[in-house]
Amino acid sequence: MIDTVRTVETPEGIALELRPAGPVARGLAWALDMGIRAAIYLAAGMGLAFFGKAGLGLLAILVFLLEWFYPVCFEVLWEGRTPGKLALGLQVLMEDGRPEGWGPAMLRSLLMFVDFLPGFYGTGLMAMLCGREGRRIGDLAAGTLVVHAPRRSAAKAALPSSARPMLPRVPLSLSEQRALAAFAERTATLTSERTQELANLLEPLTGLRGEEGVARLHAYAAGIRGERL
Amino acid sequence: MKQQAFETLHQEAWDAFETLLRRLETPAGEAPSSLADMPAQYRLVCHHLALARERGYSAGLVDRLNGLALRGHQRLYGIRQGALRGALRFFVAFPRLARKRWRAMALAALVFYGPATALTFGAKSNPEVAYLVEDPVSLASMESMYQSDTKKFGRSGESDTDVAMFGFYIWNNVRINFQVFASGLIAGLGSLVFLFWNGVHGGAVAGYLTHQGLGRNFWSFVATHSALELTSLVIAGGAGLLLGWSLLFPGRRSRRQALILAAKEGLILVMGSALMDVGAAGFEAFWSSSALIPVRVKFIAAAILWTLVLAYFLFVGRGRVDADA
Repeated sequence: MIDTVRTVETPEGIALELRPAGPVARGLAWALDMGIRAAIYLAAGMGLAFFGKAGLGLLAILVFLLEWFYPVCFEVLWEGRTPGKLALGLQVLMEDGRPEGWGPAMLRSLLMFVDFLPGFYGTGLMAMLCGREGRRIGDLAAGTLVVHAPRRSAAKAALPSSARPMLPRVPLSLSEQRALAAFAERTATLTSERTQELANLLEPLTGLRGEEGVARLHAYAAGIRGERL
Repeated sequence: MKQQAFETLHQEAWDAFETLLRRLETPAGEAPSSLADMPAQYRLVCHHLALARERGYSAGLVDRLNGLALRGHQRLYGIRQGALRGALRFFVAFPRLARKRWRAMALAALVFYGPATALTFGAKSNPEVAYLVEDPVSLASMESMYQSDTKKFGRSGESDTDVAMFGFYIWNNVRINFQVFASGLIAGLGSLVFLFWNGVHGGAVAGYLTHQGLGRNFWSFVATHSALELTSLVIAGGAGLLLGWSLLFPGRRSRRQALILAAKEGLILVMGSALMDVGAAGFEAFWSSSALIPVRVKFIAAAILWTLVLAYFLFVGRGRVDADA
């Protein structure tokens, strides 16, 4: 696995894996949230325009509240997600995997100002690129981490069904077996050209190329999983 | 055991745990009838995750179990605190923390009030001093804000309503507090510069207006809300200094660990200062600016408010000691 992974050991003695998110996903989530806020300002501005100067004052309060507290309230009350983060499948957690509380959420929001310096989030980006886990200054001070949230569906990965289970001619090591199983699980998300390209690499094992090679690997994967031979 | 058999055997338990998690994760959803089994279910999933990793089951299965365990971990170990209790605790913790970090507060106060006092007296005796730091246009507009024939002090446009100014003061002043705090991360320099310049500007304007004979109007305007506003600025600055200090002198901790601890304290201080600033904005918009309230009343109110603020920071939270405060 070449993904960035942070492992957290829990009191139960297991290692939970968190997958920190990088600057691109987080930048997109930020842009979405910014767009949502901008839309609210625009709508509120049109509505409050009827109240003249007092409306301007109310708008200033609204801008103040949204700019500083929008991420805070969403993250704490909504499982560490703002609408933008939800769209990108991101989530803010404490670095030990617990949910984020009010204090850390507020700190992240306040220190966004430092991350913004000297302009366009230069400091934050530098901090994210320097560390392994993509944290900006606010994350470092609050002890938080933005991760790719675990998938919420109970469905197990769809497996290619047609394969008749077989076992490889030579015994495979544990990691090789894992690789084959992962290949079968990921087939649905890859193009057929790519799966064939990958299967061709294993010609020495299967003795087959192209479609047939892919089918044989699926058969092996089913065999490794322990489906009835 | 092969993966297939393992999955068939435990699928039901995992699904049940997932259903339970779903319910716990939606605050509005109906509460599960009993949570007594939850820890046991969670430990079972943890156990299965460890087994799945050890036996080299597929990445898909390990991922799924990891996700379940992570969500269970969050429900089991996350904390939720009641809002009212939290507010009460905060009311006591805030002044207590300000006293505990009195050195940072004192330094912030010195960097702010020092130049402010010097410039006030300097510009009062010689208005040329004010022109060194302020441009003539803004000084002239300041002068017009405090003429005796205006209905509202401290404002340029007669048409600005109190509510509009209230919004503006909140947006502007609390933002300044947040920035003073956050910029302390730059080795404390940001906070110091912010404090210093605010002191210089405030002092120059105050001294200049006093020299122009508008002292009565100006001082009666700022006297009341400054009790909250200036104190909160100093506290936010002091909190920023704590951040910078933790990075420069982390002691026996790693810099990051020192920063996390300092940030926890700094956050309490800066949130308290923000609340004070909201109060200050209220006074500034609805009370200080009014030309109808007699100057004498304003000064009495100012004396009372300053006494209350100082007493709050000196005395509230003494005696009773909470281990976790």
